Amino acid sequence: MAAAAEKGVVLLDFWVSPFGQRCRIALAEKGVEYEYKEENLSDKSPLLLKMNPVHKKIPVLIHHGKPICESLIIVQYIEEVWSHNPLLPSNPYERAKARFWADFVDKKVAECGTRLWKLKGEAQEEAKKDMIEILKLLEGELGDKKYFGGEKTFGFVDVALAPFTAWFYTYETCGKFSIENECPKLAAWAKRCKERKTVSESLHDPHKVYEYVGKLKKKYGVE
Amino acid sequence: MAEEVKVFGRWTSPFCCRVEIALRLKGVPYEYIEEDLSNKSPLLLEYNPVHKKVPVLVHGGKPIAESLVVLEYIEETWRRNPILPEDPHRRAMARFWTKFIDEKCMPIMWKSLWSEGEMQLKLMEETKENLSILERELNSKKFFGGNSIGLVDIAASFLSCWTEVLQEVAGISLFGEAKHPILFKWANEFMSSDAVKVCLPPKDELLSHFRAMKEGMSATKAGQN
Repeated sequence: MAAAAEKGVVLLDFWVSPFGQRCRIALAEKGVEYEYKEENLSDKSPLLLKMNPVHKKIPVLIHHGKPICESLIIVQYIEEVWSHNPLLPSNPYERAKARFWADFVDKKVAECGTRLWKLKGEAQEEAKKDMIEILKLLEGELGDKKYFGGEKTFGFVDVALAPFTAWFYTYETCGKFSIENECPKLAAWAKRCKERKTVSESLHDPHKVYEYVGKLKKKYGVE
Repeated sequence: MAEEVKVFGRWTSPFCCRVEIALRLKGVPYEYIEEDLSNKSPLLLEYNPVHKKVPVLVHGGKPIAESLVVLEYIEETWRRNPILPEDPHRRAMARFWTKFIDEKCMPIMWKSLWSEGEMQLKLMEETKENLSILERELNSKKFFGGNSIGLVDIAASFLSCWTEVLQEVAGISLFGEAKHPILFKWANEFMSSDAVKVCLPPKDELLSHFRAMKEGMSATKAGQN
């Protein structure tokens, strides 16, 4: 605790947030000690409101007292400050490809996932079709590689997508489909991610995530 | 030997303009290819199969899509006149404000211009607040990047001629000298800089284009009534 405070790395986060988990995974990949602070999102701390006045959201990384917000921006910051075990390749074109696909995950997966658990009937059916298409595109990019970053590198895109593997069970159950059937290579990648310590220690059990979504559904009055 | 650079774009798009500004700033020669978005070229669909959108930068035959991804690529490939600072925290802040522009400022302003009644009023208020937030970030600097144009300035290029034209077409006022004097001064400074002014579309043509778009939308609505 003292070491983390001295080194000045604090993460304001929320246990189930896949965006927060990206930061936890990146810090773990780099072996950076930090202090984890759980936020109560219905009663946000003065620290959070001070460090992210624009969006008032988690995650926020605080390093030497200075805040960094937005999960992929935090991951890039971690990459630049602790440059060993790089998450991004050195070649600019390969870096651009990685940023493109991380941006794709950002724009598509969470939004579609929310529609999948929140909606019913035709709208839910459409969300399911969209999710399968999104996952298939990602699978196409993965190909036969061990990770999106390559055979040996757990990279930027892996960090961006890995937290959502804990939500696969929720998506499958709500949408009544199997990711293993639709995207076997991506499902295999998800299993490999779980075997990675930095990921398994950052993510929660998929059944806990499903339970959490169940509570959200009640809150929003979704049957 | 320098590899060929091509930009697939649409003259009315501020996202495409971003790419051209960055290339001009760095003195990179390029070929511009205008796309008809109602009839996308096979080449565009091949270069951007995922989103099928412009802008796409093609460097030595390799395509990169999504304007902010393209800007980071341009920065890393051509080092002259950097658009990002060296310090990691300042880089993170530049990326943060760029994302704020992309995810909040631009889409909400766009929606406010094309909506009506209560919804429009609500979106207008939100837009003005977003612009105030941006203005506070600019503070007393000449550019968001400091003394020279940076990533955030380039991302904010929609605040130049586009905002002026769209306000005129929509008949509403969101951004001007009275409401956001610091940002307004920045916009003029930005628009008159060498690398930027050659990339901006002609105002009168942009006005005609968006007027026609609005008339088309009104006709559709009238047809539906």
